[in-house]
Amino acid sequence: MGAFILSRLFRALVVLVSTVTVVFIVLRISGDAAQQMLPDTASPEALTAFRAKWGLDRSIFEQYLIYVSNALQGDFGTSYADGREVFVIVSERIPKTLLLTVSAFILSIALGIPAGILAAVRRESPVDKGVMAGAVLGYSVPNFLLGLVFVFVFAVWLRILPSSGSSTWSHMILPVATFALFNAAGIARFMRSTLIDVLGQPYISAARADGIPNWEIILFHALPNAAIPMITTLGFTAGGLLGGAVLIEPVFAWPGLGSGFVAATSSGDLAVVQAMILLFTAFMVTINLTVDVLYAVLNPKIRMQ
Amino acid sequence: MATAVTSRLSKRSFWAPFQRMPTSIGLCCAWISVVIFVGIAARWVAPYEYLHQDPLARFSKPFISAAHMLGTDYLGRDVVSNLLVATQTTLMIAIIGSLICAIIGTSLGLLAAHFGGWVDNAIMGFSDAMASIPFIIVALGVLAIFGSSPLLFVFLVGFANWERYARLTRGLVLSAKEEGYAEAARIVGVPPMRIYLRHMLPNIAGPLIVQFTVNFPEIILLESGLSFLGLGIQPPATSLGLMVADGRSYLAIAWWLVAFPGAVIVLTTLSISLLGDYLRDRFDARLR
Repeated sequence: MGAFILSRLFRALVVLVSTVTVVFIVLRISGDAAQQMLPDTASPEALTAFRAKWGLDRSIFEQYLIYVSNALQGDFGTSYADGREVFVIVSERIPKTLLLTVSAFILSIALGIPAGILAAVRRESPVDKGVMAGAVLGYSVPNFLLGLVFVFVFAVWLRILPSSGSSTWSHMILPVATFALFNAAGIARFMRSTLIDVLGQPYISAARADGIPNWEIILFHALPNAAIPMITTLGFTAGGLLGGAVLIEPVFAWPGLGSGFVAATSSGDLAVVQAMILLFTAFMVTINLTVDVLYAVLNPKIRMQ
Repeated sequence: MATAVTSRLSKRSFWAPFQRMPTSIGLCCAWISVVIFVGIAARWVAPYEYLHQDPLARFSKPFISAAHMLGTDYLGRDVVSNLLVATQTTLMIAIIGSLICAIIGTSLGLLAAHFGGWVDNAIMGFSDAMASIPFIIVALGVLAIFGSSPLLFVFLVGFANWERYARLTRGLVLSAKEEGYAEAARIVGVPPMRIYLRHMLPNIAGPLIVQFTVNFPEIILLESGLSFLGLGIQPPATSLGLMVADGRSYLAIAWWLVAFPGAVIVLTTLSISLLGDYLRDRFDARLR
């Protein structure tokens, strides 16, 4: 198992380094930041000064080395847009996004897994139909639209919840609900189909023939086997949270990484974009690594190697 | 199962799923037909030029006057006309994007299956990397660098989730290679290209069509999402996502500006998804 985890660690490192490199090269060769950030009427001297200030006049290789060594020290440069340190801009947004996504993730597991189990065990019951309908809707309603519907119902119409901002805990309810409903529907659907698959296996029939009570079969025989594919899906869901944050955070003016990334993209603030892509990649790599390790721990076929 | 495919047989089996279908799927098909009609004829059936402003009739409520059935927006533009043109734009982008995606994905999957070895490893490694990061983040990164232009946007949208086609095609081709007909064709000296296109493609088309129905709504959602963020379609052009974004500021006083384009997005993606699910079940049943 040690070798397996080591190989995954190495792969994670390769992905991280190549992302840094690709993102850096693409960002630097594709456009002149000086012309993007300064007005069209800027004089040539101003452009030169700008390039010198940001080190844009050196060779790309030099820029890369400087960038990597700075990045390793937590220095991602300064934002083109407001002149503050990128590290500060990004890190003040991290807790906000974590607060939102982690609570949404926990809530969606707490809703999705029991719903999926119920749906699989009681086929054709109202719970089953609800799960399937919810999953289909989850695939067809854009998350930003659901967010707007929530804003309309709870903030504009009923006036019981705030529509934007992040100052109190009640500001969290609508964005978390938007996130969680989407993910819960997906999780429930996958839990249902996995469990139905497992319940059709011969060893379940054998356990039934042995006269083991139904709840015991589900709890001790079916669920541990369904857990392994479930881990992969939960990993995907966790990875998808960032993609969701990009669309959901702006709807609620939630000052996290998602809305920060959109703002940086719109204004062409490449220093911030670059740092955030790096952060997102690191996040994804960590999640994938966690999934792989959990997989190895849970799956005897890999554990025994 | 693996007999030579004559065109008549494949045509009949292609239409088979549409006979004796449930009402819900019939409704989905009806809605999809309406959307396709709008996609073709939007500009001719629109009651007004979609950018036409009527400042005296701003924020007309829907279902009240026959002149503006679905109301007007903050500049007095007719919502029906805007909705028709926006649906057309979104549909065009989704169609072109889906086709690009299908072509890129299928070709790369085919290449991976045909050559194997390091080509296979490189393509599959790339597709794993693409699958591991949400595409909207990649898309925003690209838009940050190059700015938003219509052509780039269509290609970008077309690049979403290509890896699913690649993986699917690769798997299908690898298993089709094992079947008698491909082997037989190879032995009698049919060139590989012809085996793939003439013999294998009709046999693996079912799952690829199903994948298309999964991918198409996702591309609509991606387009709407990016346009909603202001990074996709740019005014004066319009799209469903852009209309939602536009109406968002007036949510408190004019719900219809968000509700109608939102409803079109949901109904369209829902119809295509349901049709896709249904087709998958039917194809699976036929394969069983």
